[in-house]
Amino acid sequence: MQLLRTFLLRLATTAVTLFGVAVIVFFVIRVVPGNPIAMMLPPGATEADVAQLTALYGLDKSIPQQFLIWGAGVLQGDFGASITSRQPVLDLVLGRLPATLELSVMALVIAVALGGFMALTGTRLRGSKTEAAIDVGNGVALSVPDFLWGLVLILLFGVLVPVFHISGRVTPSLELPFSTNFYLFESVLRLRFDLWADIVGHMFMPALALAIPLAAIIGQLLKQSLKETMNLDYVTLARTKGYGENHVILSEALPNAILPTLTLVGVQFTFLIGGTVIIERLFSYEGLGNMAIDAVINRDLPLIQGIVILFAVIFTAVNLAVDLCYAALNPRLRHA
Amino acid sequence: MSFLSIRNLSAALKGRPEDRILRNVSLNVAAGEVRGLVGESGAGKSMIGKAILGTLPLSVEITGGQIILDGTDLLTLPPAQRRTRIGQICALIPQDPLTALNPSRRIGPQITNRLVDILHWSRADAEKRARDLLAEVHIPDPDRVMRSYPHELSGGMRQRILIASAFAAEPKLIVADEPTTALDVTVQKQILKLIAEMQARHGTAILFVTHDLGVVSKVCQSLSVLYAGKVLEDTTVRDFFAAPGHAYSRALLAATPKYTDPDGSLTPVPDAVIAATRAEVADADRMTHV
Ligand SMILES: Nc1ncnc2c1ncn2[C@@H]1O[C@H](COP(=O)(O)OP(=O)(O)O)[C@@H](O)[C@H]1O
Ligand SMILES: [Mg+2]
Repeated sequence: MQLLRTFLLRLATTAVTLFGVAVIVFFVIRVVPGNPIAMMLPPGATEADVAQLTALYGLDKSIPQQFLIWGAGVLQGDFGASITSRQPVLDLVLGRLPATLELSVMALVIAVALGGFMALTGTRLRGSKTEAAIDVGNGVALSVPDFLWGLVLILLFGVLVPVFHISGRVTPSLELPFSTNFYLFESVLRLRFDLWADIVGHMFMPALALAIPLAAIIGQLLKQSLKETMNLDYVTLARTKGYGENHVILSEALPNAILPTLTLVGVQFTFLIGGTVIIERLFSYEGLGNMAIDAVINRDLPLIQGIVILFAVIFTAVNLAVDLCYAALNPRLRHA
Repeated sequence: MSFLSIRNLSAALKGRPEDRILRNVSLNVAAGEVRGLVGESGAGKSMIGKAILGTLPLSVEITGGQIILDGTDLLTLPPAQRRTRIGQICALIPQDPLTALNPSRRIGPQITNRLVDILHWSRADAEKRARDLLAEVHIPDPDRVMRSYPHELSGGMRQRILIASAFAAEPKLIVADEPTTALDVTVQKQILKLIAEMQARHGTAILFVTHDLGVVSKVCQSLSVLYAGKVLEDTTVRDFFAAPGHAYSRALLAATPKYTDPDGSLTPVPDAVIAATRAEVADADRMTHV
């Protein structure tokens, strides 16, 4: 009962959030200067041509009217057609979504692995020079934003020691047998590890650039939380039972220290997804973010709307997933 | 030969040997004996217990002395060996039952983990042992309790579990660090009685840390009085209550409410006695430095 109420409330807030995002985006992109029709027509087009196209895309109506028409479509799963490519927005956006999801998830995995390793090493060697070095490293990682890490990585591993691809999602000359756009995932399923290696070679640097600041946050927060937990009585009690430092950290302290970190990681992960917009551009990675920038440049209004809504849906889903994880890991909530 | 023999143990803040926490502490606990360790808050009682069990905070280091447990000086053992040895023959009954159980783990594994991981019992044997012990500490429905999480149980219940867990591996020595201080007054008496009962049945030696002389008179045979990390007096409970040997002990005893008259007014330890005791400790410090 309690659970159902929480769920319904959650659903309602999500709907309100998405509606708010839709309204804001819809109005803002129509108020800022720049006209999609002018971008489409060749120089020398007549006034009549402009008027005809404007009417075709419904841009001659008032903004609230346009919103109602668009909103009615969306409720039926029709997000309109892209002005530049004339294809349905939904197809375009869903086509690009897998690329961005794979990149974000890979970045998250790298961030958790790196940050977790830092936190555990720092806790194991607390008070030592290694811990101090980890703190300094985390500080540096945090004070440089992801796109600058991207540039640094391009210079290091793309130019200086070219071990990774610096552009695209996959080498264009390769024959791709995939039936979905989840290339990374499908390459594993089809046991095509040659393709897998090529895809990872493209994804690794953008994913790492996205991951570094998040890894630093996880490292710092989890280490802090672990160190506090290590002083608690139940950890001391485990020590008197004959357990060594590694066991005490991993099985007594870690499960409890993770909880406060988890919520923040969820919030930070949504920032990471936001970061894909610039990073994808930097690495010419064919994902949603790159498409978003093109859409803005071309004033492709329906496409911008579709992408923004999709990002909003992803953010809400991430937050929901974090809450579920938190409940699953915390026995107090699990048995409430 | 005592089972535990602490000889001239000194401890200080790490890197600051002049900030002494334990001052040449010597103390013996015979097999099966219950020794009280009394003193006001901050005297270093818990530090002695932690030094024995190897759980001193990182900021405190041992600067000298021996902790001889069952014939071996623990301080000369390599850390891993020392840890296992402690786990095999010692146990701790902690002060605060609310924080001494891991909140994310069920009770059962928290009792059986030492038996399985350190003493290499079979899981079935360990679980049977845990169930028997929970029954022994008067917990109804041990099976249900073993499946519970700590937050589902009361403070008194949790302290019973911790006592059961301490006795689970039949240790030779238990350090009980103020095991009733954090509990309700009504529960305190039951828990004290339970510890005495378990001790008598298992014949375990206990180093009983407390600031309450009333508790000492009930469960201990001998006691050490600690002030500023120095042992002022080491005697039997009978002799102590008949005639305390140190002025500080006399004042401490006078400051304890009588059980015959629990509401009687408290006479705090007089300043003059404190000052004299401080001077004595400082003198002793000077002696060891020349
Ligand atoms: N974590 C710590 N680091 C450094 N000094 C400590 C720490 N905990 C306690 N001390 C110091 O050690 C002394 C003894 O403390 P403790 O043994 O806990 O006293 P008590 O007799 O009340 O158990 C106190 O003077 C206290 O200031
Ligand atoms: Mg204490």
